[in-house]
Amino acid sequence: MREILELLENDARLTPKQIAVMLDMEESEVARIIKELEEKKVILGYHTFINWDKAGEEKVSALIEVRISPQREVGFDAVAERIYRFPEVKTVRLMSGAYDLVVMIEGRTLKEVANFVSQKLATIEHVLSTSTHFVLKNYKLQGTIIEDGEEDRRLVITP
Amino acid sequence: MTTPANWQKYINPVVLGIPPSGIRRFFDLASEMKGVISLGVGEPDCVTPWHIRESCMYSLEKGYTMYTSNHGLLELRVEVARDLAETYGVNYNPNNEILITVGTSEALDLALRTILRPGDEVLIPDPSYVSYAPCAVLAGAEPVYLKTSVENGFQVTAGMVEKAVTPKTKALVLCYPNNPTGATIDRENLLEIAEVVKFHDLIVVSDEIYDRLTYVGEHTCVSSLPGMRDRTILLNGFSKAYAMTGWRVGYAAGNSDFIAAMKKIHQYTILCAPITAQVAAVEALKNGKPGMKKMVEQYNRRRRLVLQAFSEMGLPCFEPRGAFYAFPEISATGLSSEDFAQQLLREEKVAVVPGSAFGGQGEGYIRCSYAASTDDLTEAFKRMSGFLKGRLSRRKVLTVPFGKTEQKNEGIRQVL
Repeated sequence: MREILELLENDARLTPKQIAVMLDMEESEVARIIKELEEKKVILGYHTFINWDKAGEEKVSALIEVRISPQREVGFDAVAERIYRFPEVKTVRLMSGAYDLVVMIEGRTLKEVANFVSQKLATIEHVLSTSTHFVLKNYKLQGTIIEDGEEDRRLVITP
Repeated sequence: MTTPANWQKYINPVVLGIPPSGIRRFFDLASEMKGVISLGVGEPDCVTPWHIRESCMYSLEKGYTMYTSNHGLLELRVEVARDLAETYGVNYNPNNEILITVGTSEALDLALRTILRPGDEVLIPDPSYVSYAPCAVLAGAEPVYLKTSVENGFQVTAGMVEKAVTPKTKALVLCYPNNPTGATIDRENLLEIAEVVKFHDLIVVSDEIYDRLTYVGEHTCVSSLPGMRDRTILLNGFSKAYAMTGWRVGYAAGNSDFIAAMKKIHQYTILCAPITAQVAAVEALKNGKPGMKKMVEQYNRRRRLVLQAFSEMGLPCFEPRGAFYAFPEISATGLSSEDFAQQLLREEKVAVVPGSAFGGQGEGYIRCSYAASTDDLTEAFKRMSGFLKGRLSRRKVLTVPFGKTEQKNEGIRQVL
């Protein structure tokens, strides 16, 4: 199971047949396991990893440190939910350290992001403070180096 | 004085007699073409892991730019000794039984030159890597080929050795896992060979550069066999297991007198392996195991993909258990290895290496390296299967007899 997940994490296009050959398993067995993993939400989705910069799309991303006061019974979860339900919010994580939540948001313009923070995020009850950092450049995302520059430089044929 | 016009006459006939590598011509052809997918590369498809590259940069920053001891950095020899002891239970004294060389290639050259005198014979498996025979010839010796074939899984057997031994035989080259076949050798087989070797008082030069890339069963280190430690020159390096081909660092391990003799040639011809590469090799041995295991796991998955692909396209291929090569049989197409590889390259832009480049016994086969991305492999197999359509039905018997290209007057096989 771990091996199937590793293969799919690396290349979601692999077919159950290819995976079956690679791992020396039955195709039907692989298909069954994948289905089960999808149902159990171990596999959350299959996405295409896009470099929008290269596609000529203007996007602004920001990382926002959010301090909140936890609530009785639900701790940080209720406030977190009020934040992560917004579609412009891409990632929300509870952190140890000087702040509580780290929120990644994406918008089309600086102003759009700024407005979101000041009007939507900062005004949520129990949010104590926010600190916004705009992303200037992505070097590596989810384990992938954006401009790798390490293409195959081997000679075409070697003994 | 005028410049001599005919340089040929100044060249040592022994050197003249060595045919250029058959891979070369093919290489020229392939490099001129665009859009070629190459399964012809004998090196890992990943670059050296970052922690190894980073340690080398640090060493440069700190000014490690000097010669090392002729033997190589003691720290590296200690790591090599530890690695061999941990992996195979063979113990070598890092002070005088290990020599760090410029790739395993240099270690091979030194070992053969140290053993062989003019007129001596050395047993070399066929097919095998392209360097063994030329190095033996340069040492003045005569290569004698042990013809392995698919029937015995491309393994040398005790019987073959026994049959080929003459009073002139000095050494046996073993090279498993094997390039180009991907064959490994069974332990039982090695044990029998060891008995023959002891009986005839031979030395084994064991090139185990692909040892870590063993997918079925476990690699048996020749010097770990009973009584073989003192009859074996063990050659290995970092190129394949740690994706460090261009660094050129390898080693020989063996009897201290023999290593001292090898070191003599080494100190006068090479002095020492580059310190930068040696530092990187230390890092590889200290912290490279987890990454190496992951890489081997990946090769194994691709190995299965490749076998499946050949079976689907109707090319018989024996199961390679090591290295990163598959060696499918193409004789059913009626083409020679060379013609097959050339036509495949011209028509489908897929580069493979003709099996005949590795010896007469390689005729009728092609070497396909699966050190390539899954995407490239998949596309290459699609093209190959198109190429084979219409060709496989001919089923003509090969008209080129095996062994035709095998032995030339100089005692070295013609590599087409």
